[in-house]
Amino acid sequence: MKYEAITTSTLVEPPLDIDARKRLKQQLRQAERWNRSKAFLLVVPLLLFVGITFVMPIIEMLHRSVYDPLVADSLPRTVAALKQWDRQQLPEEAIYAVLAEELVSLQEQHELSKVAGRLNSEYSGMRSLLSKSARRLSRKDTITRLIDTGSVRTAMIDIDQRWSDIAPWAAIKNLSSRYTLSYYLAALDMRYDENGEISAQPEQRQIYKTLLLKTFAISALITALCLILGYPLAHLLATLPESRSNLLMIMVLLPFWTSLLVRTTSWIVLLQTEGVINDVLIHLGLISERLRMIHNMFGTVIAMTHILLPFMVLPLYSVMKNISPSYMRAARSLGAKPGYAFIHIYLPQTLPGIGAGAILTFILSIGFYITPALVGGRSGQMISNFIAYHMQTSLNWGLAAALGGILLAMVLLLYSVYNRLVGINNLKVG
Amino acid sequence: MSLPSYATPLERVGFHSYRLYCFGVLFFLIMPVLIIIPLSFNAEPYFSFTEGMLNLDSSAFSLRWYADMVNNPQWVNALKNSIIIASASTLLATTLGTMAALGLSRRDMPLRNAVMALLISPMIVPVIIAAAGMYFFYTSLGLAQTYTGVILAHAVLGIPFVVITVTATLTGFDHSLTRASANLGAGPVYTFFKVTMPLIRPGVISGGLFAFGTSFDEVVVVLFVSGAEQRTVPRQMWSGIREQISPTILAVATLLIVMSVLLLITLELLRRRNARMRGLRE
Repeated sequence: MKYEAITTSTLVEPPLDIDARKRLKQQLRQAERWNRSKAFLLVVPLLLFVGITFVMPIIEMLHRSVYDPLVADSLPRTVAALKQWDRQQLPEEAIYAVLAEELVSLQEQHELSKVAGRLNSEYSGMRSLLSKSARRLSRKDTITRLIDTGSVRTAMIDIDQRWSDIAPWAAIKNLSSRYTLSYYLAALDMRYDENGEISAQPEQRQIYKTLLLKTFAISALITALCLILGYPLAHLLATLPESRSNLLMIMVLLPFWTSLLVRTTSWIVLLQTEGVINDVLIHLGLISERLRMIHNMFGTVIAMTHILLPFMVLPLYSVMKNISPSYMRAARSLGAKPGYAFIHIYLPQTLPGIGAGAILTFILSIGFYITPALVGGRSGQMISNFIAYHMQTSLNWGLAAALGGILLAMVLLLYSVYNRLVGINNLKVG
Repeated sequence: MSLPSYATPLERVGFHSYRLYCFGVLFFLIMPVLIIIPLSFNAEPYFSFTEGMLNLDSSAFSLRWYADMVNNPQWVNALKNSIIIASASTLLATTLGTMAALGLSRRDMPLRNAVMALLISPMIVPVIIAAAGMYFFYTSLGLAQTYTGVILAHAVLGIPFVVITVTATLTGFDHSLTRASANLGAGPVYTFFKVTMPLIRPGVISGGLFAFGTSFDEVVVVLFVSGAEQRTVPRQMWSGIREQISPTILAVATLLIVMSVLLLITLELLRRRNARMRGLRE
């Protein structure tokens, strides 16, 4: 420091002219810029890494949730011809002919089932309608003869009565653009109707709104349970003398550090019909018939509460640790009853901890996959499980991506609230 | 907190029931973890205590599920895979994460909060979303069903932990030490290894342990990105639970619990060492 002072003072004397001052300022700015870029250069490799291995995959998923080129690529001429169609009356003979030709060529290339399946999700019955029509139309010479005589429309209506309806045509038109909101609409139990307007799905096909609400309800329930169980415990840990609270802290941290699958396994062991808890209850004579506590919502809620409880206890603990006990003592000595002192003095000071813990628990539980998948059965399934189902089983990737997009939006919203409230710089682990 | 001597009887009841409640919650937390351990020594293929076990009859206990685990090539292979994948991804996450934390802890870092939010996001975004996206993107890059793919994915999931722990260690880091080192003629790399690293080592190691633990416990990404060849221990447990649950899983689970106890102890020692080195009181 002293050296700096000396060099600066020797530099300053004699007073600098304007040019020299400008030069100095410029040099300083350059040095600062260089420092900034040095700091940034250290972060760049990681930014690139996270960008490629994490952000790009998510962008790709979001892209898939709106990008649906199947119909436009498979039936290009029909799609072009339907552009002018007004959805009011049946398309003209020429459009029927174009579709018939394209169906036949798809059938020959064995490509029909994919596009028929996609159209089926828009208008049920489309799969059978298309394959039946394609099969009949691709009989030898049928199509050329029909086109020559200009009777494709009549023939197709003969094959299936549904071709006299505008619904299948509307389905094709609805899915004809490459970029579509139809997956998001489907994820919210809505669809484009025959007029191309957004309307609700028929009652029996509505499942996702209930699913979203259920996911919210389960997460809220788990968050509430964690708060009820965690608040007194955090208080005990924060107020006990260090030597004893350390031991109890280990009992909170050990489950936190234990593998998720191990904890889920132990809940299966405990809760199953032939499991430990049922054995104990029977032995004590509290129940006569074994309870069904797993592979349903009850199992999911219990196991997830256990898994997420440390995420509630730890932020509460770090807030409570910094609350001086003298506030409560002062309140009591001024005549407040314990309950009154707690509600008006202690509770308000712990609100930041409640907020942080509750948001963290809620964020983690709405995206939870493993535990509901293993112990949830049918009733304990959450939104993540449906994403996995559409990814792996039904192979409706667009719908999986749209559900993922909705879940992501909810999580990011909560994350920004958390950031505002707590600041990610205060995020701690362990 | 203890009860003052002037407490009313009602307050005494309240205080004791509060204590009892807290111990109930602690029991709820710890019991499911501990119950696995004795059950893994069961001589019978049951998931409950047999009469013999309750009477502490030595013939009711056995190591057969441990033997089963060691002799099963699937489990051995899964363990090998888990170790390879977790080590490689930890190395990657720790190197990149420590570098970034060094940059982030400088005062002149531009866009600090935005960058931090981005780097921590793998911890916040539900794994199922990341896994689904990785399935699409890694397939298009030819990384699906390869070790590289799983390692990259696990590294990015471990990065937030490294960034958080190392940045935390670096707050309060005395930057005049590095300036002094530079003043004495040391280059930046030499300074890093001889001055900075010894001081932040506890943070780096605990970040690395977090990253290792994350990878060692991760199953969702493995389900989507890996192939049959890259089966890890959690993946093997997953199919064990879903398909035919055998008590061998309890033996594996017990080993994993022992591992987390060791991890917890190491982290606590590191935390104390870090506090000591920075002159904080315990």
